[in-house]
Amino acid sequence: MTDFTQLGVREIRDGVAAGDFSAREVAEGFNAAVEAASALNAFIVATPEKALEAADAVDAARAAGETLGSMAGVPIGMKDLFATDGVQTTAASHILEGFTPRYESTVSAKLWEAGCGMLGKLNLDQFAMGSSNETSYFGNVASPWRKEGSNAAMSPGGSSGGSSSAVAARIAPAATGTDTGGSIRQPAAFTGICGIKPTYGRCSRWGVVAFASSLDQAGPMARSVEDCAIMLGAMAGFDPKDATSLDAPVPDWFGNLDADMRGKKVGIPKEYRMDGTSQEILDSWERGKEWLRDAGAEIVDVSLPHTKYALPAYYIVAPAEASSNLARYDGVRYGLRDLPEGSGLQDMYAATRAEGFGDEVKRRVMLGTYVLSAGFYDAYYTQAMKVRTLVQRDFDAAFAQCDVILAPTTPTASFPLNSLNDDPLTMYLNDVFAVPASLAGLPAMSVPATVTGDGLPLGLQLVGKAMDEQGVLNAGLAIEQRAGFTVKPEKWW
Amino acid sequence: MSVTREEVAKIAQLARIRMGEEDLDHLVPEFNNILTWVEQLGEVDTSGVEPMTAVIPQELRLRDDVIDADPKTGGGRQDDVLANAPVAEHGFYGVPKVIE
Repeated sequence: MTDFTQLGVREIRDGVAAGDFSAREVAEGFNAAVEAASALNAFIVATPEKALEAADAVDAARAAGETLGSMAGVPIGMKDLFATDGVQTTAASHILEGFTPRYESTVSAKLWEAGCGMLGKLNLDQFAMGSSNETSYFGNVASPWRKEGSNAAMSPGGSSGGSSSAVAARIAPAATGTDTGGSIRQPAAFTGICGIKPTYGRCSRWGVVAFASSLDQAGPMARSVEDCAIMLGAMAGFDPKDATSLDAPVPDWFGNLDADMRGKKVGIPKEYRMDGTSQEILDSWERGKEWLRDAGAEIVDVSLPHTKYALPAYYIVAPAEASSNLARYDGVRYGLRDLPEGSGLQDMYAATRAEGFGDEVKRRVMLGTYVLSAGFYDAYYTQAMKVRTLVQRDFDAAFAQCDVILAPTTPTASFPLNSLNDDPLTMYLNDVFAVPASLAGLPAMSVPATVTGDGLPLGLQLVGKAMDEQGVLNAGLAIEQRAGFTVKPEKWW
Repeated sequence: MSVTREEVAKIAQLARIRMGEEDLDHLVPEFNNILTWVEQLGEVDTSGVEPMTAVIPQELRLRDDVIDADPKTGGGRQDDVLANAPVAEHGFYGVPKVIE
């Protein structure tokens, strides 16, 4: 019997379309794998019945000779930041525990339309705030990867840590992620999978629990560049319900994949060679250059002078937007209410938010409240938004000299859970290479490159011009074909 | 610049987050660490630079001025809107007494 859990998006949809196996068999295989993997804590809620229902619909459509969607028969994991009609949506927070939307997010609706089924809602850092998946109210997510010779649980990255863990462990062929400052790319890099954050506005934010609205962007996480291209095509598209949705046609990214890099210039930003970056990361970057040169590309040096300031600017802009977005959690309209005996409305707000938000969320809401407060707004927020303009100008200047930028995704490989909790700043530095592309709204992808000496995956990042997801995917494919990354985490769960 | 314990307590009040003395014990130093770190932005010469207002420039759209242009965001969904309320009565959200 085929082990369906080893198959990716393309293999499943092609196999289902050809009648090699049924969508139901595939869904049953993954449902069983999800159930057996509770030690990873990747899912907050499993929805095996949803996966079967969608699979049966695909099998029936095929039997009736109907045209199948681009992901027909593919069961996926849905990050629990996407509102799903009738299925609890928590953003991994206590304050939204039990919240059951009466509507479906645009991105998830498009995926069901394309023939996907839902395996369940994936764990994440609370309100997508975190880089290690240790801030979830529903517990840490463990990576399927471990260091050689160690049983210590490793971080799957964050905030899309349930997504990365599930895809790497092969309990889901693909999953949705969201990326505000690296939350797709960093977890993908930590777990040896692919993930792409498209241009800001490609995927609708409607029905996605808001963190920082000018940065939030959904994207696919899967085990190959090809699978990401297929899934991104299913997720993207104009949505009038999102004021910043891009009114642009969705290209056939999958159909146009081409790893031939002849005539393309790949930029190497010198400012990404930072102190504290591990030698193994720098080595993998060198190999990335060789692979792209081998694919026909010309390697050129570029400069992104404000790189160093991107992360501190992000930690003003994102908390500022979060403090505004999270003002809606007040114990009145949905979710938790904590009403201490004899207290009034203001006490209820304060008690509900104290009880319902985790420490990292409180920290960021307060930081945002402070930088937006009277007397400090210009010094912090306005200055950060000016720096954001400069970061974007850096990229504009760099893309006058190259077609795509190659950089590491993260400064280190994954770390053990509970090892970086003492200092929030150390954790923030994980996203130092990911945040600049977020601030500039550019498409960016992580692809697996190699493993460290102790067996942990490392990713390489590709950043493209606005709207040029194709260039990013093509360069990613060129790396994937040469990296030969076939190592899998050994099953312990 | 660093903030005092009293200022952090004030920020918590503005953010409507109840905070006890123990919470402040760990939050005040964390807050100051982060603020000291973001203050490096002051080094950047931003004279003549406009703050970013749109990530990807595009024209703001107007929809037709019709009721329920998109039923998902239109009216007439009182039951759906109240379905997740901690307290809902007579078609309204329930809150503690506001005016004495």
